[in-house]
Amino acid sequence: MADLKEQIGKLCAAATFDAEGEFLLVEVPDAQWHALAVALKSELHFDQLIALVGVDWGETLGVIYYMTNTATGDIIHVKVVAADRQQPRLHSVSDVWAVANYQEREAYDFFGIVFVGHPDMRRFFLRNDWVGHPLRKDYDASPEKNPIRLDDEVREDYTCSWVEDENGQVVKRVGKVFADDEYVINVGPQHPSTHGVMRYRVSLDGEIVRKVDVVSGYIHRGIEKMCESLTWPQTLLYTERMDYMAAHINRHCLCLCIEKALGLEVPRRAELIRLMMDELMRLSSHLLSYGCLTMDQGATTAFFYGFRDRELIYDIFDRTCGARMSMSYSTIGGVVADVHPDFVADVRHACDVIEKNMKEYHQLFTGNVIARNRMIGVGMLSKEQAIDYCITGPSGRASGVHCDVRKTHPYSLYDEFDFDEVVRTEGDSMARYMVRMDEMLQSIKILRQACDKLEQEGLQGEFCAKVPKMIKLPAGHWYQQVEASRGAFGVYIESDGDPKPFQKPYRMHFQSPCFNLIGVVDLTCRDNMIADLITITASIDFVIPDIDR
Amino acid sequence: MFDLSSVTSWLDEWLNGVMPSWLATTTECVLVAVFLLLAYSVLAMIYIMYERWVCGWIQCRRGPLRVGPAGSLQIFADVFKILTKEIITLWSTDKFLFFLAPFLVVTASVLTFACLPWGKGFQIIDFNIGVFFIIAVSSIGVLGILLAGWSSNSKYTLIGAMRSGAQMISYELSVGISILTVVCLAGTMSITGLVEAQSDCWFLFKGHLPAVIAFIIYIIAANAENNRGPFDLPEAEHELTAGYHTEYSGIHYGLFYLAEYLNLFVVSGIASLLFLGGWMPLHIPGLDGFNAVMDFIPGTLWFLGKAFFMTFIFMWIRWSFPRVRIDQMLALEWRYLMPIGLVNLVVMAIVVTQNWYFGAN
Amino acid sequence: MEVKKPKIKSMKYEDFKDNGYIEDLVNQLNASGVNVVVGKADQLLNWSRSNSLWPFCFGTSCCAIEFMCLGAARYDMARFGAEVARNSPRQADYIMCQGTITYRMAPVLKRLYEQMAEPKYVIACGACTVSGGPFKNSYCVVKGVDEIIPVDVYLPGCPPRPEAMFYALMQLQRKIKVSRFLGGANRKEKLHYKPEDDK
Repeated sequence: MADLKEQIGKLCAAATFDAEGEFLLVEVPDAQWHALAVALKSELHFDQLIALVGVDWGETLGVIYYMTNTATGDIIHVKVVAADRQQPRLHSVSDVWAVANYQEREAYDFFGIVFVGHPDMRRFFLRNDWVGHPLRKDYDASPEKNPIRLDDEVREDYTCSWVEDENGQVVKRVGKVFADDEYVINVGPQHPSTHGVMRYRVSLDGEIVRKVDVVSGYIHRGIEKMCESLTWPQTLLYTERMDYMAAHINRHCLCLCIEKALGLEVPRRAELIRLMMDELMRLSSHLLSYGCLTMDQGATTAFFYGFRDRELIYDIFDRTCGARMSMSYSTIGGVVADVHPDFVADVRHACDVIEKNMKEYHQLFTGNVIARNRMIGVGMLSKEQAIDYCITGPSGRASGVHCDVRKTHPYSLYDEFDFDEVVRTEGDSMARYMVRMDEMLQSIKILRQACDKLEQEGLQGEFCAKVPKMIKLPAGHWYQQVEASRGAFGVYIESDGDPKPFQKPYRMHFQSPCFNLIGVVDLTCRDNMIADLITITASIDFVIPDIDR
Repeated sequence: MFDLSSVTSWLDEWLNGVMPSWLATTTECVLVAVFLLLAYSVLAMIYIMYERWVCGWIQCRRGPLRVGPAGSLQIFADVFKILTKEIITLWSTDKFLFFLAPFLVVTASVLTFACLPWGKGFQIIDFNIGVFFIIAVSSIGVLGILLAGWSSNSKYTLIGAMRSGAQMISYELSVGISILTVVCLAGTMSITGLVEAQSDCWFLFKGHLPAVIAFIIYIIAANAENNRGPFDLPEAEHELTAGYHTEYSGIHYGLFYLAEYLNLFVVSGIASLLFLGGWMPLHIPGLDGFNAVMDFIPGTLWFLGKAFFMTFIFMWIRWSFPRVRIDQMLALEWRYLMPIGLVNLVVMAIVVTQNWYFGAN
Repeated sequence: MEVKKPKIKSMKYEDFKDNGYIEDLVNQLNASGVNVVVGKADQLLNWSRSNSLWPFCFGTSCCAIEFMCLGAARYDMARFGAEVARNSPRQADYIMCQGTITYRMAPVLKRLYEQMAEPKYVIACGACTVSGGPFKNSYCVVKGVDEIIPVDVYLPGCPPRPEAMFYALMQLQRKIKVSRFLGGANRKEKLHYKPEDDK
């Protein structure tokens, strides 16, 4: 860490450091930020921007950038503060890290921070006629300001950007998303293959897609804002409703983050149960993604096969947690209740059945000549692009990036388990599909080992640590990543150390993997056909509420 | 074998006896039309249920079973409901063409349906270019689909209609060529003639290799003709929501739905007519006892049985294959099916001229 | 001609939890009276409409996954004849609104509802659509879809289990079975949009 500090200090003299927290914190003034970002990427190889968190500190607004070096796994974070609260402006780094494009739009939407040099500064989640920026602490939430509008949005085609002219003055430029003569069709928000309420505006040339404009926010529920008015344990509930196909994993992540902040030791057995639930969730999610991918390509029967086996996993959740979805099982310090006595037997049974049925899936779909023709070589995403766009999870690994958080930054008990990180190098839809299928086998492998371990620990036993009734975090901020079903899920929490009984988060940010995945839709779908758009988005496999939060 | 033509000619004589000939002809036409439409709708309903049960079976489900005994009344509920559902009129569309389109599609399928031989003497029109007529009228359907897509004034329907146009016109060729191969073997275009020619042995076996190739080409092309998976691009539920009929509601949509299933019967019927001997029982040369037993089963049952069997194959394909992409679909036709079909036609011609087929004199 | 209490196969009348509401409806309809022919035709229509409910695929979040389970092998919506899920609102009979409706989605939902052909029904599926659910305090979540479109059946749960969805489906069937389309008052809606309005 000291080493990094020295190197960054050489790159930017104005930077100040704080090595107290878990990661090195660098604070730079906005004027030097862009130059430092370029240097960080080119000289210190911080090639992946993993999170961009906008924060309102009262007097000032600012952004915290988390970035990692994919080769060494080092993580640092940089804090940049906008000088003027009324007209906050920061320099855009979307030309340095491609993923910053949508991330900065999100920060603009939430905080009104204008990113100078960003090519397309539209709102991302909210309607373009929305009044105010909701995550600012001075936001006026009265319903009169923003009633339910039942008319269509106007001026959808227009975008704007702020650029510095030669005198250093920031000027606004208005542009158009599509040219007037383009044939634009609207895919979504209500469309069977967008897997929810995502909307693409697709410019077509015959059947060929020329440009995809992603319009998001149709399921934006303002989770981050709502978390600021709840106590820490209450916020756990929302994690399950973002990526509902990674409900356990997301909840686990927030629990880990809060436990890290509290310095709480979780019983080994509880951690083991959490881990097993995570892997079951991953299995269930990959089965769903198999089903959806096949159904989107028209192989309806395969969808039913995938769903048939998911029911086994749902049964396990049902018996132990009391619900099929949104289980609310992990909690700060452990899990809320002990597992069902048959838990281990059920898991073993499910593993056996799914492993056996995997062969059937491959026979039915993977080997099919039409499926192969439609997936091989379609929707290419190179390793460099995957890193640049911060594509993690199965989609990133299909492009050859070693991005499994379970391996790169082991959390929970993953370092005790013997499993492989499935990595492929093709980067096409087929590779993404196959990575998922192979990961299911790895999950089964982990689950079997975990069953043995749980039997050693005892089928019934300690499942939760002693946790104080009132959860109060010291002032500070923490970031925790886990490997969710669709990629690295990160949680940023900031506490102001409020000593009052019901402490609320000062800021909570969820860095969802799907948010980054949506960034490559345009890149991968360009110059492919409409049918490929469906295949590619299905193979990238995102869950819309996870994007919109 | 029982010949139904004796009944129909007796009816014709009797009618001509009791009324003037023009009235007799009109009455016969009306009777035929009523019978045809009844058979058409009943069969379409049976087919819809058949599909729902078969797909349930393939997908490890039960399928409809709550409405009536074992779900048998499900289709009636669907029909009554769809008949009384609101028909939405769209603003800024060509209303005449919009309303015309579903009827064109249904007309095309009724006309093809009318040519199918149900049994000996049990068909509506039988003339010397019967097969040719089937090919001709079945291609009216594409016009209806194109009109539906265009007149809805929506981008999705337009893409669906254009795909459909490209697809149906391309695959028409392969269907035509494979039918021609069989005609070449039979030496006649008359439907009765085609069936009669299979009395000793079905064409699929008689024509051995070229006939089998033609059969496979026919199955692929007919699937595409029918807009059924894996060639359901014009509808392509997951790409174009509902393709060319996205904007149709109520009975207009019902007509498309009906025509889709009836077309399925028609292509299965034609397959059984051309390759599996139509209403001819299964005859194996040399086994006279077996042949005699087979003769006891009525021809209509044979025909229906074969058609249902063919349909089962079509359904099996539909529910297990993913959808092809438009360029792959066209490449399959123009690069593979058509050239193979043409070569196969030449092979068949050689086989026929050299008397290399089974049962050749 | 009397309107009878609705019968649902393999579910006793007493087992439903809101019979008072249905009985009120029956009494109201019986009060107006209607002749036998129209009544019989109505019965046939109600039978067919209640047994052929084609859903419109409209899922915004978690409930949509449970809805997919409902269609999949174990629960199998097809048993009710409801597996013909239509993606075009024109061809669907009811919209099972699964998942949170946000301010941005609200006009879309309303338009989709208006695009559906009569008779059309709405099931508000899940806590979010009933009342806003866990997101009630959000700045951009609609507090119940009944603010935008009329709702026939409310189905709480987060997300409701497939069994609960069947219960909602049966409730909807009951409601359809005690309605009157020919003899009594139909639900009539004015067309909302006319091209002249644009000018």
